[in-house]
Amino acid sequence: MKKIKEKLGFTILGLATVVVLFILGVILYDISSKGISVISWEFLTQPPKAGMTKGGILPAIVGTLYVSLITVLFSVPLGICAAIYLNEYAKKSTLTRIIRVSIRNLAGVPSIVYGLFGVVLFVQMFKFGTCILSSGLTLGLLTLPWTITASEEALRSVPNSYREGALALGATKWQAIRTNVLPYALPGILTGTILGLARAAGETAPILFTGVAFFLPHLPGSIFSQFMALPYHLYILATQHPAIEKVRPLAYGTALVLILLVLSLNSVAIFIRYYLRRKRRG
Amino acid sequence: MKKVKIATYNLNLWFGKNHVLKNINMQIEENKVTAIIGPSGCGKSTFLRCLNRMNDLIEDTRIEGKVLLDGENIYGNKMDVVSLRKRVGMVFQKSNPFPKSIFENVAYGLRIHGEKNKKKLRERVEQSLRDAALWDEVKDRLDKSAMGLSGGQQQRLCIARALAIQPEVVLMDEPASALDPTATNKIEELIQKLKEKYTIVIVTHNMQQAARISDYTAFLLMGELIEFQPTAKLFTNPENKKTEDYITGRFG
Repeated sequence: MKKIKEKLGFTILGLATVVVLFILGVILYDISSKGISVISWEFLTQPPKAGMTKGGILPAIVGTLYVSLITVLFSVPLGICAAIYLNEYAKKSTLTRIIRVSIRNLAGVPSIVYGLFGVVLFVQMFKFGTCILSSGLTLGLLTLPWTITASEEALRSVPNSYREGALALGATKWQAIRTNVLPYALPGILTGTILGLARAAGETAPILFTGVAFFLPHLPGSIFSQFMALPYHLYILATQHPAIEKVRPLAYGTALVLILLVLSLNSVAIFIRYYLRRKRRG
Repeated sequence: MKKVKIATYNLNLWFGKNHVLKNINMQIEENKVTAIIGPSGCGKSTFLRCLNRMNDLIEDTRIEGKVLLDGENIYGNKMDVVSLRKRVGMVFQKSNPFPKSIFENVAYGLRIHGEKNKKKLRERVEQSLRDAALWDEVKDRLDKSAMGLSGGQQQRLCIARALAIQPEVVLMDEPASALDPTATNKIEELIQKLKEKYTIVIVTHNMQQAARISDYTAFLLMGELIEFQPTAKLFTNPENKKTEDYITGRFG
C-alpha cells in the first residue's frame, strides 16, 4: 500500500512537470516556427512600412530598450537602497512588518493599475506627458516590489558572521554593509533585478496610457518623445490591424523578437550569477 | 606590578525580560589570560560580548553598570564604539573568514581604518600572520581564497585578522571548540605567546583548557559570577561549594 502511494505521488509530480514543459514547448515551437521566416536584417533594422504590412520593427525594438533603460535607472538604485534599509537598518517593529507585507502585496497588483497610476502621477501631475520617461517610471514602479524583495532576500542570505566580523574589527555599520555584505549579495540582487526587468519589458498595460504610440515612422528623439514598443506593437498586429491575416507573420516575428529579448535578459542574469558565485568561491 | 585593563562594576544585562548577567564585578589584569568558564547558557559569551559592545547589535538589550577600559567607561557617552572595537578585538566561536583572499582577510581591518600604503599593508599582514603562527603555512598562497584553509588555519587567520589592527585586548569566544586536538593545541600555544603583547579574555567550556592556558579563571553560573581567582587556586582550592561541584563534574 505504502509503495503504491509512493509510486502514485511520484507519477503525479512527474506528470505535472511534463505538462508544464509540454505547454511551454508548444508555445515556443509555434512562435519560433512561424516567426523565424520573417526575421531578416530588414525586419530588425527598418521601421514598419505600407501601413505596417511591410518593413520591420526597429522603432519598437529601440523603444522597448529605451524604456527598459529608464526602468533600470529608476528602480534598481531605489530598490536596492530600500532593501538595504529594510534588511540592515530597520528595527523589527510592527511598522516594518506592515511595510514589508505591503511591498510583497504590491508585487501582485495588476499591471493595468500601475498604468493608470502612472498616468495620474507622471503624465498629469508631474506633467511629463505621454513619453518614454513616464512609461519607464511606471514600469519602474511595477518592478520595484520585485527588486526590493529579491534584494532583501539576497541580503538576508549573507551570513551574519560577515557583519559581526567586520563590526568587531571596528567597521562602522555602513562600512560593514558596503565592503562585507553588499558584494556577496550582489549576484542575488542582480538576478532578481534582471528577472523583474525582463517581466517589465514584456508588459503592455503600464505603457498603454503613459507613452506608447500606435505607429511612429521615426525613432524617439528624447525621453520626452512617444515611442513604439514590442509588446504593444504585437498587440496591434494581432488584434487591431485592419488586415490581420496579412500581418500575422509579422506578429509572429515580433513575438519571437520579444521572447528572444526577454530570454537573453534572463540568460544575462544566469551568467552574472554564475560568474559572481565562482568568483566568490575563489 | 599589577595593572587592571578592564574592570566591570555591577554589570547587569537583560535580553528583553530575561536577566542574563547579574551584578558582575570583575577586574581583568593586563597581559594575562583570563578564562571564563561555566555551563552552557550561563552568560559567559554574553559577558564577553559586553566588553566590546557587540551586544549593542542585539535588539531589546538593556545594560546597566559600568565597564571600564583603562579607567574609561565604554558605555559612557564619550566612548566611540568604532575606536573601542579597534582597541578590543574579537575572535568568534565559529571561525568566520570572509570569502576573500587570505591577504585581504588580514588587511580588511587596516583598510577600513584607512590604511592605503601597500608596503605598510604587506608588512602588517605578514607580522599579523607570523603572530598568529600561520605565516609559514600560507606565505605562498596569500592571494588564494581563505575558504580553502583548514578549520584550524581559518581560526588562526581570524586571530591574525584581529591582531592586524593592533588591539590592546583580544576577546576569544570558545576559539577552539570546533577544532581537532592538534589545531586546538596550536591555538593554545598561540594564546600563551600572545599574552606578552595583549590582554586576553577567553570563554571556554573546556575546563582543562582553562586550567592549561589561563592565569585567572572566572566561574559563571546562571548569570552570576560565582568565583574569580587565580587559575591554580580556583581549580585546586575553590572557595565556593558551587565552583567545586562544577569543576569536579558534579553538574553542568
